[in-house]
Amino acid sequence: MSSMLIDIASWICLLAGGAFCIVGALGLLRMPDFYTRMHAASVVDTLGAGLVLLGLILQAGLSLVAAKLAMVGLLLFFTGPVAGHALAKAAMRRGLAPLLADADGALSGSSSPTRKQRAESPDKEDTPSKP
Amino acid sequence: MFAAATLALLVTVSLALARAVLGPTVFDRLLATNTIGTCTVLLLAVIGFLTGRPEFLDLALVYGLLNLVGTVAVLKFFHDRQLDDRRRQREATR
Repeated sequence: MSSMLIDIASWICLLAGGAFCIVGALGLLRMPDFYTRMHAASVVDTLGAGLVLLGLILQAGLSLVAAKLAMVGLLLFFTGPVAGHALAKAAMRRGLAPLLADADGALSGSSSPTRKQRAESPDKEDTPSKP
Repeated sequence: MFAAATLALLVTVSLALARAVLGPTVFDRLLATNTIGTCTVLLLAVIGFLTGRPEFLDLALVYGLLNLVGTVAVLKFFHDRQLDDRRRQREATR
């Protein structure tokens, strides 16, 4: 009885993890600029990976396999944010401006201005909307 | 049920691959590559269970480590245009 309950819980975790992975990848494909894509991709790193690994741990029971799965989860838990931070910082330093909305809600700003263009209008990012 | 999770992860990898091909900037491609790496780690773990060979988990651990090192190395290369720290210091002091 309890083994069946654990099986059902692990199936739910695996299916939910797969669904979150697909949702994150759809966001990665459909979002309008780099920073929003990064937001969508983090779903795969956190909820998707966490739920899939939790489902596998429930299947493995208390064994060395479960310990290895926990190690994989810990690795993803630490390396995902590091890679994301490095990516965002490198993109900001390169001068990739976020896509911002002005006062009437229309999206403005090119998706990849160069550093020279940003230097010509330095107050564009700090004050996106002036009444 | 493992087959369903495998299929979901494969769909995720193909969507991320589309972004890596389409991506307008190099950072989009790197982000997609990072996502593909994470999905590969999960795929290795799930396939290990699907085929009843949990040794695949060791491969997943190594692949996860390589994924981070690869992403940071490519970012460093596009930031400095080179990977050699000593050469960069020599050029900075020159």
